[in-house]
Amino acid sequence: MERTYLPILLLVGFVVTNAVAIILISHLTLRPRPTAEKQTPYESGMPVLGDARERFSVKFYMVAVLFIIFDIETVFMIPWGAHFRQLSCGTDLVAGVCPTGQLSLFGLWEMLVFIAILLVGFIYVWKKGALQWD
Amino acid sequence: MLLQHAAATGAHPLSDTVARFVWLLPLLPFVGFVINGLLSLTSAYKAGPSDPSAAHDEAHAAVSHESEEHGAPGDDHHSIARHRSAGLVSLVGPGVLVLAFGLALAIFAAMRGVGEMHAPFVQQYFSWMPVGDLQINAAFQLDQLSMVMVLVITGVGMLIHVFSVGYMQDDPGYPRYFAYLNLFVFFMLVLVLGANYPILFIGWEGVGLCSYLLIGYWFSDKANADAGKKAFIVNRIGDFGFLVAMFMLFANLGTLDFVSVNAAASSLGAGSVLVTVICLFLFLGCAGKSAQIPLYVWLPDAMAGPTPVSALIHAATMVTAGVYLIARSNALFSLAPSASLTVVVVGSVTAIFAASIGLKQWDIKKVLAYSTVSQLGYMFVAVGSGAYVAGMFHLMTHAFFKALLFLGSGSVIYAMHRAYHHTGKHDDAQDMRNMGGLRTYLPITWALMWAATLAIAGVPPFAGFFSKDEILGSLFARHEGSALAQAHFLGIPGNIVILSCYVLGLATAFMTAVYMTRMMLYTFHGPNRTGDREREHLAEAPWVMTGPLVALGILSVVGGWFNLPGIIPAGPVGVLEHWLEPIVGESTLRLTNGAPAEIAHSTELMLIGVAVLIALAGIALAFVRLKPERLVPASASPPEHGVEEVLLNKYYVDELYDAAIVQPIVATSRSLLWRGIDVGLIDGLTRLFLQSKDDDSAPGAVRMGGLLPRSLGWFGSQLQSGQVGTYAWVLVIGMLFVLGAFSFR
Amino acid sequence: MPIFDLSHPADLTAALFPDLLLMGGAMVLLLWAVWRRESAAHQRTIGLASIWLCVATLGAVLYMLFHQGHVTDGPIAADSFRFMVDVIVLLGTIAALALGIDDNDRMGTTTAETHVLMLLASSGMMLMAAARDLMIVFLGIELMSVSIYALAGLNRRSVRGAEGALKYFLLGAFSTAILLYGIALVYGATGTTGLYEIHQRVVELQLGSSPLLLIGMALLLVGFGFKVSSVPFHMWAPDVYDGSPNPVTAYMAATVKTAAFAAFLRVWLEAFNAEIGTWHRAVAMLAIATMVVGNTIGLLQRNVKRMLAYSSIAHAGFLLVAVAAGSMQGASAMLFYLLAYTLATFGAFAVIVVLSRGDAPVTTEDLSGLWTERPWLAVAMAVYMLALLGFPVFGGIGFFAKWYVLKAALQAEEPQIALAVTLVLTTVVSAGYYLYVIMVMFMRPRPANSEAVTPTPGWTRFVMVATAAAILILGIFPDQTVRYVVRGTPRLGAYVPPVKTAPARQAALTH
Repeated sequence: MERTYLPILLLVGFVVTNAVAIILISHLTLRPRPTAEKQTPYESGMPVLGDARERFSVKFYMVAVLFIIFDIETVFMIPWGAHFRQLSCGTDLVAGVCPTGQLSLFGLWEMLVFIAILLVGFIYVWKKGALQWD
Repeated sequence: MLLQHAAATGAHPLSDTVARFVWLLPLLPFVGFVINGLLSLTSAYKAGPSDPSAAHDEAHAAVSHESEEHGAPGDDHHSIARHRSAGLVSLVGPGVLVLAFGLALAIFAAMRGVGEMHAPFVQQYFSWMPVGDLQINAAFQLDQLSMVMVLVITGVGMLIHVFSVGYMQDDPGYPRYFAYLNLFVFFMLVLVLGANYPILFIGWEGVGLCSYLLIGYWFSDKANADAGKKAFIVNRIGDFGFLVAMFMLFANLGTLDFVSVNAAASSLGAGSVLVTVICLFLFLGCAGKSAQIPLYVWLPDAMAGPTPVSALIHAATMVTAGVYLIARSNALFSLAPSASLTVVVVGSVTAIFAASIGLKQWDIKKVLAYSTVSQLGYMFVAVGSGAYVAGMFHLMTHAFFKALLFLGSGSVIYAMHRAYHHTGKHDDAQDMRNMGGLRTYLPITWALMWAATLAIAGVPPFAGFFSKDEILGSLFARHEGSALAQAHFLGIPGNIVILSCYVLGLATAFMTAVYMTRMMLYTFHGPNRTGDREREHLAEAPWVMTGPLVALGILSVVGGWFNLPGIIPAGPVGVLEHWLEPIVGESTLRLTNGAPAEIAHSTELMLIGVAVLIALAGIALAFVRLKPERLVPASASPPEHGVEEVLLNKYYVDELYDAAIVQPIVATSRSLLWRGIDVGLIDGLTRLFLQSKDDDSAPGAVRMGGLLPRSLGWFGSQLQSGQVGTYAWVLVIGMLFVLGAFSFR
Repeated sequence: MPIFDLSHPADLTAALFPDLLLMGGAMVLLLWAVWRRESAAHQRTIGLASIWLCVATLGAVLYMLFHQGHVTDGPIAADSFRFMVDVIVLLGTIAALALGIDDNDRMGTTTAETHVLMLLASSGMMLMAAARDLMIVFLGIELMSVSIYALAGLNRRSVRGAEGALKYFLLGAFSTAILLYGIALVYGATGTTGLYEIHQRVVELQLGSSPLLLIGMALLLVGFGFKVSSVPFHMWAPDVYDGSPNPVTAYMAATVKTAAFAAFLRVWLEAFNAEIGTWHRAVAMLAIATMVVGNTIGLLQRNVKRMLAYSSIAHAGFLLVAVAAGSMQGASAMLFYLLAYTLATFGAFAVIVVLSRGDAPVTTEDLSGLWTERPWLAVAMAVYMLALLGFPVFGGIGFFAKWYVLKAALQAEEPQIALAVTLVLTTVVSAGYYLYVIMVMFMRPRPANSEAVTPTPGWTRFVMVATAAAILILGIFPDQTVRYVVRGTPRLGAYVPPVKTAPARQAALTH
C-alpha cells in the first residue's frame, strides 16, 4: 500500500530540492554588487512613492474576506456539477445514463438548499451593511 | 414529594387504619413550609445591615443604639414592622401543626386499638439510592417509640407555634420565621419516622440546618450568625461519628434498615470490639446533636435565636434526637455494655458540669440553656444504663416543663422588651439583674414557671419528679449484677462507676433545685430593678401566648402520670413502660442480665426519700442564702471574682477549645483533617491549600502536606503564561506524548 | 415506530428533523435579527424567540427519544444516546440564552446575533451527537467551533475578550488541523470514514498495529482532547473562559464539553472499540493529568471565573475516566455526569452574572459575606459548588454523578484502580476551592466598601432556581434519571460486538 504514495513522495522531494537548488545556485553564482537603485523595491518600473507597509482601511479586509468566503463556497458547485447526473438519479447510472423513470430532483434540491443558505448569509451581510463602502 | 404507596406493607394490623396516612404527618408541615416560604419570598426582601462594625459585643450591653434596627444583644425584638401577609401566615403556620397533631392523635388511637404490636409498621415509598449492594428505600416506620416522639413533637410543637404567633407578631420576617419552623417540624418528623439510618440522617441534617437558620434568624447581628456557625461546625463533628457508625454498620451487616439491623445486631457479637466501636461512634453523633461533653458548647450560644425556637428546637425536640437515636439503636447498645457505660459517664458528668455553670449565669435564657444540657445528661444516663423507658419518659416530661420554662422566659423577655421599648431605654432584657419582682406584673407566668421549676427540681407530684426518680432508681439498680456493673470504663469496674454516677446524679439534682430557685427568686421576687419609668409598662402577654403556657403547665404537673412507678400506685402504673416494652424490653433485660430492673421496695422508698429531700434542700438553701433585695441592675453590677467568675465564664471551656483546638487547627494542622475530620471540610481544608507561601506558623511536616498540591498548582500555573506560542508548543509536546503512548505497548 | 432507511433522502431528513428544525429556525432568526435596527428590546425579542426555538427543538428531540424506531446503518445515528445528549445540549443552550439576554442588557450589548450564533453552535453540537461518520463529526465540530470563536470575541471592547478569542481561534484552528489529519490517516488506513465500518475493517483486516491507524487515532485523541480541554491541550481554556462574556463561558464550559464528549465517546466506542488496549493507556494518562492539573491549579485562583475554568478542566478529567472505562456503564455514567455538570455550571455562572460589574473579573472578594447581603444567592451558589464538588445530599445530583463515574471505573472489565484513586484524591483537593467559596460567602464579613449587589434579573433568576431545584430534586430521585441515561446507551452498544481481550490489551492494562 505504501507504494501508492511513492509518486507523492517523489513530488515532495522534487519540489523541495528544486526550491533549495534555485536559491542555492543563485547565491553561488552571483556576485552581489548593490547600488541604491537596485536596493529599491521593484514596482514594475514605477518610481516608489512611499513605504509599502501602509495601514489599509478595515473595509478592504472585510470585502476580501467576504469575497473569499463566497468564492470558496461557490467552488462547491464544481464537484456537484460533476456528480449531477448521479445525484438526480434514483439508482446507479447505467453506462452514464439514468434508467428511465428513475430521474429524481434530489440533486437539484440539494443545491437549492445550499444556495438558500448562502443567500441567507448574503442577505445578512447586506443588511448588516458590510458591503457598503461608506 | 412523590409520596405513593409503592410496596405493599403486608398484612400489618395498622395497614387498614388511619396509620396508613402516616406520610401526611411530615407532609403537612412541609406544605406549611412551602406556603410560608412563598409568602416570605413575595414580600420585598430587605437584608439586614451589611456593615459588620455594627455587630454587638456582649460586653456592651448598655450601649444605646439610635435606630430601632438594632436591639440590645440577645434581645429578641429587632425592627418592628408587621408583615402584610401575617394574617395568612398565622393561619397556615400553626394550622398545619394542629392538623398534624390531630392526625398523630388519631394514629395513636388506632395503635391503641390494635392492641399488642410487635412488628413496626413500615411504609415504603420509593427506592432512594439504588447503588450497588446499597439499597436504601425512602420508607417510614411507625412503632411505639416513634409514636411517642411524634406526639411530643407535634403536641409541644403546636403549642410553641401558637405562642410564636404572639411572640413574633411584629417581626418583619414573620413568614420566613414560620417557614423555617414548619420546615424544622418536617425534618424532625422525618427523623423520628425514618425506617432506616440514612432517612434518619436526612432528618438529622435537616433539623440541624433549620436550627442553624433559626439561630442565625437575625443574621444581621454578627454574634447571632457566629452562634449559628458554631452550632453548625460542632454538629459536623458529631455527624462525622454518626456517618462512620453508619458505614461500619453497612459494611458489617449489609443493611441500614432498623428492622434488619435489630434482627442482625446480635451477629456482631455481644460485647465485641466492633459493636462497641460502632456504638461509640453513634454516641459521638448523639453527643453533637444533644449537646453532651465535649460537644455541648454550641447549645448555650444557640440561645441567640428567638425564644420559641429555643423552646422547640433547643429544649423540647431536636436536642433530644440523640436520646432517641440511642433508644432506637437499643439493640446495638445493649450488646455493648462498655459503650453504654461510657454513655452513662458522659451523661452524668455533663449533667453536673452544666448544672454548676447554671448556678452563676445572669442571662435567664443561659440558665435554661445550661439546665437543658444538664437534663439531657440525665436522659443519657438513663438510656446508657439501659433504662430506655426512663430516658424516653424524661425526654417527654422535660419537653413539657422545659418548653414551659423557655416560653415563660420568652413571656418575661417580651414584657421586659415592651417596657424598654415604650421608654426608649436600651438595656439587656434577658439579664435577671434587670428584672426582679415581676410576680406582680406577670402573675400567670409566675405561677406557671413555679410549677415548671418544681417539676424540674424533682418535687413530687410534678412530672419531673417521676421521670428523674426513675432514672436515678434504675441507675442505682444497675450497680449490682447487671452487664454494666461487670463492664469496665477506663479500667474502673462498672459498679464503682455506676455508684459514682449515681452520686453525681444526686448532686446534679441538688444544684438543679438551687439554680432554678435562684432564677425564680431573681426574676419574680424581691424588688423590681427594671427602672422606674419602665415599670409601668410591664404587663402580662396576650392570651395567644399565655394559653400555650397554661397547657404546658398542666402537662408539667400531671406528666408524671404517664409512667407511675409501682411503688406509688396513684393511677395506672407504668403506662409508658408497657407501651415501649416491645421495642426496648429485650434490650433492657439484656443489660440487666435477665434480672428485672426492680429493687427492694424499702431501698426504692429510701432512694425516693433521698431525692426528694435533696430537691427540697436545694430549694430551701436558695431561699435562705440568696437575697434578691441586694441585687443591683446589670449596668451597675461590679465584675465578679473567684469561683463565681469561673462559673460565669462557663469554666472557660470556650476559651480552652479556642486555644487548644480551634487555634491550632486554624494555624497548623489542616493536613490532619485530610484524614476526614469533617470540620476541615468547611474550615481547614480550604485554608490548607490557601495559606500564603510565607506562613511560617505551621510546622514543617504539616506544611509539606499542603505544599504538594499547591506547588503542583503553582508549577502548572507558571506555564499559563498567556503566550499563545507557549500554548501551541505545549499542545505539540502533549501530542508527542500521546503518540508515544500509542506506539509503546 | 418509524423505520429510517438512511439511504433514502427523505428518511435521512426525517431522522435529522430536530437538527434541521434548529438550523432552519436559526436561519430565519438570523434574518429577523438583522432586519431591525440594533436595540436592547430587539435583542431581548430575538433571545426569547431563540429560547422558544430551542424549546420546540427539545420537544422534537423528546418525541424522537420516546418514539425512536429502527435505523439502518448510515452516517447518522438515531439512538437514545444521541437524543439524551441533545436534551443536555438544548437545556444548556436554553440556560445560556436566558443568561445571555440578561448579560447583554448588563453589558449594553445590543447585537441580537449573539443568540443566533449560539443556536448555530448548538445545531453543530446536535450534529456531533448524531454523527456516525468522521466527516459528519468534523462538520459538527466546525459548525460549533466557528460559532464559538465568534461568541468568545463578542465583547469587542474588552482586551481580555479579544485576546482570548484570538487565542481560541488560533489554537482551535491548530487542533482542528490535527483532528482532520487524524481523520485523513484513519481513512487512509481503513478506506472509510463510517464509524462502524472502521471498526469492522479494523477487525477484519487486522489493522490493529497499522502505524497509519495508530497515528490517526492519536491525532484524533489530540483533537478531541483540545475540544474537551484536557491537559495538556487545555492551555487555551482559562484565558478564553476568563475573557468571554459570562453566558458564553458557561456555554463553553458545559455545553461544548457535552457535545465534544459525546462525539469523543461515540468515535471511541464505535470505531475503536476493539483497540481499547491501544488507546486505553493514553486516555487514562490524559485523565490523570487533567484531574491533577485542573484541580491543583484551581486551588490558586482568586478570580472565580478562572477558578471555574480550571474546575471545568478538572471535570473533563473526571469525564475522561468514564471514557477510559470503555464500557457501556461508563457511557451512561458520562451522560449522567454531563447532565449534573451542566446544571451546576450554568447555576454558578448565573450567580456570576448577578455579581459581575462591567468588565471586571468576579473574585472571591466579591463573594465575601454574600450570605449577609443576599442569603438566597449565597445558598444557591453553595448548592452549585457542592454539586460540582460532588457532596452528598446538599450537592444533590453532583454526588451521584461522581459516584457513578467511580463505579463505572471500578466495575470496568479491567478495574481502573489508579483512575479511581486519582479521582477521589483530586476530588478532595477540589474541596479546597469549592468549599473555599462557601466559606468566604458564609463566614467572612462583607467588606465595608463593597457595593450593594444588583437585583437578580428575571431570566438569571429563572436559570438559578431551575438549576438549583433540578440539582436537589434529581439528587433525591437519581434513579429515574439513571434509568433514562442507561436507556440512552444500549443502542450505542448494539453496534459493538463484545470485546475480545487481545494479548496486547492485557499487557496495556496490567501496567
